[in-house]
Amino acid sequence: MAEVDLSDAEKIFIKHGVQDNCREDGRGCEDYRHIELETGLLSNTTGSARVRLANTDILAGVKAELGTPSPDKPNKGRLEFFVDCSANATPVFEGRGGEELAAEIGNILTRTYDCPSCFDLEALCIIPEEQCWILYVDVLLLECGGNLFDVASIAVKAALYNTKIPKVTVSRDEGLVELEISDDPYDVQRVEVQSAPCIVTVCKIGHSHVVDASLKEEACCLARLTMGVTERRTVTGVRKEGSGSLDPASLEDMMQTGKRVGELLNKSLMDSLLEEERQGSKKKPVGFLK
Amino acid sequence: DRKSQEMTMHLQQTFNAAILTSLHPRSQIDIFVEVLQSDGGNYCASVNAATLAVIDAGIPMKDYVCACSASYLGDSPIVDINYLEESSGSPEITVAVLPKSEQIVFLEMNGRLHEDNLSKVVDMAVKGCKDVYGVLDRTVREHVSQVGSSLET
Repeated sequence: MAEVDLSDAEKIFIKHGVQDNCREDGRGCEDYRHIELETGLLSNTTGSARVRLANTDILAGVKAELGTPSPDKPNKGRLEFFVDCSANATPVFEGRGGEELAAEIGNILTRTYDCPSCFDLEALCIIPEEQCWILYVDVLLLECGGNLFDVASIAVKAALYNTKIPKVTVSRDEGLVELEISDDPYDVQRVEVQSAPCIVTVCKIGHSHVVDASLKEEACCLARLTMGVTERRTVTGVRKEGSGSLDPASLEDMMQTGKRVGELLNKSLMDSLLEEERQGSKKKPVGFLK
Repeated sequence: DRKSQEMTMHLQQTFNAAILTSLHPRSQIDIFVEVLQSDGGNYCASVNAATLAVIDAGIPMKDYVCACSASYLGDSPIVDINYLEESSGSPEITVAVLPKSEQIVFLEMNGRLHEDNLSKVVDMAVKGCKDVYGVLDRTVREHVSQVGSSLET
């Protein structure tokens, strides 16, 4: 992650603020910064989304391709994540510098989406054991402003919502199976993301914890809890990171906060996505020109 | 991968010719280019974007660097070819130019092209570069006047 050097006095200032539920920029401990979201930016992809949270900028693209299901899950499609940290985000990411962070984000996304009740992979299956849709989700980090995991998961969920997979008709002709992929841009199958998880990162600062830490706050926190939460408050994955230790009582508190915030985040995200879709062609595309 | 490495070298060669590095001794100027989506003309778009980025950074250059590609299809030269045209087997000429002096800083050709058609295609590409220069220059001037006027108020 992009590192910020803070003096001890600055760290103490931030810690005391968090304890009194007043953060550096005036937010409460459970408030997110301003989020901007746009979907359908990249015409080459099946679905795409760009999310901007303060200074963090992440672009996600989904490409649907036909392939064979994995042998241990013959009637399920596949979801493959790939994360790339662009050198534009911070020069540290030049060449192979961003690989470690990219692998971390990729792994967390894979694990949180691995839950069968939150993301239905069976809908992506065309012919069991033979053909299925594989959704390749590519996440690109354009700028680092703290809280990368949350924004990446929001971008992924929005891109999956935007994904329009062409409908496939299967015709069997004496043992020979033919797949016909529809050319009609309106004859599509949408991906069900209502119960897809969003990642909420809860950072422990001093004796309290905050959600959506900025770069400075991340530099003060010793332990982080990264949780995947669905809109029904189901937790699909938890991971503790950082060199500090958490006692079970604070772990419990942080998880409750994460579930509460996750439910709200999912709801607001779905509301915005539905609003954007409702506006349809009336909305002027912003893309990268702002 | 190999293609990116080759493009990196080409971009380096191009910008070495245009940026006045002697004004920044003992310093390193990093230009990071990220291709979000590709439909042919990667190098050209990278050069044009990098030119604007260098201008935005305030690093002095001899002139804008504008790049454009051209090809010869059927019996006419065409400018700014896309991915489909690139992969159809027709020759492809990519040119990067300093527009005011019309000096060519980079020229690359792929495929087979009859020498009688060479000058036509190169001229087409150079004209494309000058058109790109028109767009880039207009944008830079608009941006500068916007910033300038907001400073006054």
